[in-house]
Amino acid sequence: MMRRRRLNQLGEWALPGAGLVATFFGLAALVALLVDVATDGLGRLSWQFLTSVPSRRPEAAGIYSALVGSIFVMGLTATIAIPVGVGAAVYLEEYAKRGRWARLVEINITNLAGVPSIIYGMLGLALFVRALSFGRSVLAGAATLALLVLPVVILSTREALRAVPPSLREASYALGASRWQTIWHQVLPVAVPGILTGLILALSRAVGETAPLVMIGALTYVPFAPDGIWSPFTVLPIQIFNWVSRPQAEFHRNAAGGIIVLLGLLFLMNGLAAWIRDRVQVKAGQ
Amino acid sequence: MALPRNAGFERAIERFLFACASLSILVTIGIVAVLAFQTIQFFRTVSPVEFLFGTTWTPLFFDKQFGVLPLVAGTVLVSVVAMAVALPAGLLTAIYLSEYAPTSVRRVVKPVLEVLAGVPTVVYGYFALLFVTPLLQQVIPGLAGFNALSPGIVMGIMILPMVSSLSEDALHSVPRCLREGAYALGATRAQTTVRVVVPAAFSGVSAAAILAMSRAIGETMIVTIAAGQQPRLTASPLVPIETMTAYIVQVSLGDTPAGTLEYQTIFAVGMLLFASTFTLNLASNWLRDRLREEYI
Repeated sequence: MMRRRRLNQLGEWALPGAGLVATFFGLAALVALLVDVATDGLGRLSWQFLTSVPSRRPEAAGIYSALVGSIFVMGLTATIAIPVGVGAAVYLEEYAKRGRWARLVEINITNLAGVPSIIYGMLGLALFVRALSFGRSVLAGAATLALLVLPVVILSTREALRAVPPSLREASYALGASRWQTIWHQVLPVAVPGILTGLILALSRAVGETAPLVMIGALTYVPFAPDGIWSPFTVLPIQIFNWVSRPQAEFHRNAAGGIIVLLGLLFLMNGLAAWIRDRVQVKAGQ
Repeated sequence: MALPRNAGFERAIERFLFACASLSILVTIGIVAVLAFQTIQFFRTVSPVEFLFGTTWTPLFFDKQFGVLPLVAGTVLVSVVAMAVALPAGLLTAIYLSEYAPTSVRRVVKPVLEVLAGVPTVVYGYFALLFVTPLLQQVIPGLAGFNALSPGIVMGIMILPMVSSLSEDALHSVPRCLREGAYALGATRAQTTVRVVVPAAFSGVSAAAILAMSRAIGETMIVTIAAGQQPRLTASPLVPIETMTAYIVQVSLGDTPAGTLEYQTIFAVGMLLFASTFTLNLASNWLRDRLREEYI
């Protein structure tokens, strides 16, 4: 009896203690990762590293073509994913709320969000690179990534549309506006910050993806920045993968330098998303 | 004055939006069609029985063997290590954040943990190969430079926020009255948590675990970089192995011409990968819906 009570008292401390340790483990892992990358790569960061193209000599190599490639691919991905993703969300949220088709599309989107990214790469390889003969181009890469982030764009846009009060729509209808006029002039402008936040998060996922772009064949020595949508390309994660796969420690340091640039880019994008969200909350609070 | 309206324009817009929504269905059909088409071609040469139950995988060698089990074993091995890290750590984190932590702590810790889920996988690959593996080698002398243990642990760290955040949602949705009932019967806080709250949120927690498992199976870059490329039917996490995803990357790096048997193998492996993750995702959704029905 006594022993049991003591055991229970121990449990009172052990459970939150273990929880605290587990929480700390996750945070410590993040710190270890950042410190490791920083100590390996900060020494490599320089203007020369940012403006040089890949090279066989590690100390002369840089990430210029990968960085420009990443930004280029991201822009084109956004151009494809925004109209389609926002359009699909508007349809599901404003037009077909409770149809059987809408329900099917909804289940389907949830499932697509869980498909491994490498499978999207295989779709991109078979569909864009070969069947549509885009080749191993920026366009093929961006189209593949657009399909990959589409579920994220749709889900976050729906969230933003749902937050628009119905009274706004009703007022617009009462004034004689049509459905599309209501959506275009009333609903979308109010939902824009929410949609933007979701888009930036979707794009930051696209910018960090490696596997689907390896599948469509972006991993080659690319010593120039892309000059059009048909141009061959490389991106930051692929350049990092290339360097980390080599045995020499000098290339590993280059990989760490590339990681710092990639994480910096992601940090900027997420900061922008948080800033937009905060601004909206301030506005809504007024 | 009424705003100008144009019924034809309205209809065209609606059709365009409908097409956008339907595109997601086309993507699914496209994935299944692409994978199935090449897989059927593959099964014309290699029997499905040999593929699914064979124990040697050497499609890139002169003596070709097409038994996928070594790749499946590698995938399962890494995923089990990942789950062994992510499930206890994620659930305990969720318990701490949901039942014990003050709101201020939760507001800081949650987004910071979520950063872990946003780190690109190639970065985790770097971390596994050049930080965790050397660290583990100091503790485990027989550990090879490429192994299943290190990428498994790092993958566990990657999916930890997913487990903790979904589990926390599940724990949070357990009604207050259940906790109060337990307190009224004289249970302590820890007893209430372990015997009442966690069992009540069981379907939500298992939905999180299954979704994390599906993510681990489909994860590509960490294992490609840090687990080696040697298909091997083993249960030892200390030696180089190869997962299904890493094999697909290995072949596509080699620029294998379309139409060859080697090219078709990646689609057969991809089909198996897609089928496994799809089944797990469905199971996870079903469990989550059940949690919703129970309490909301």
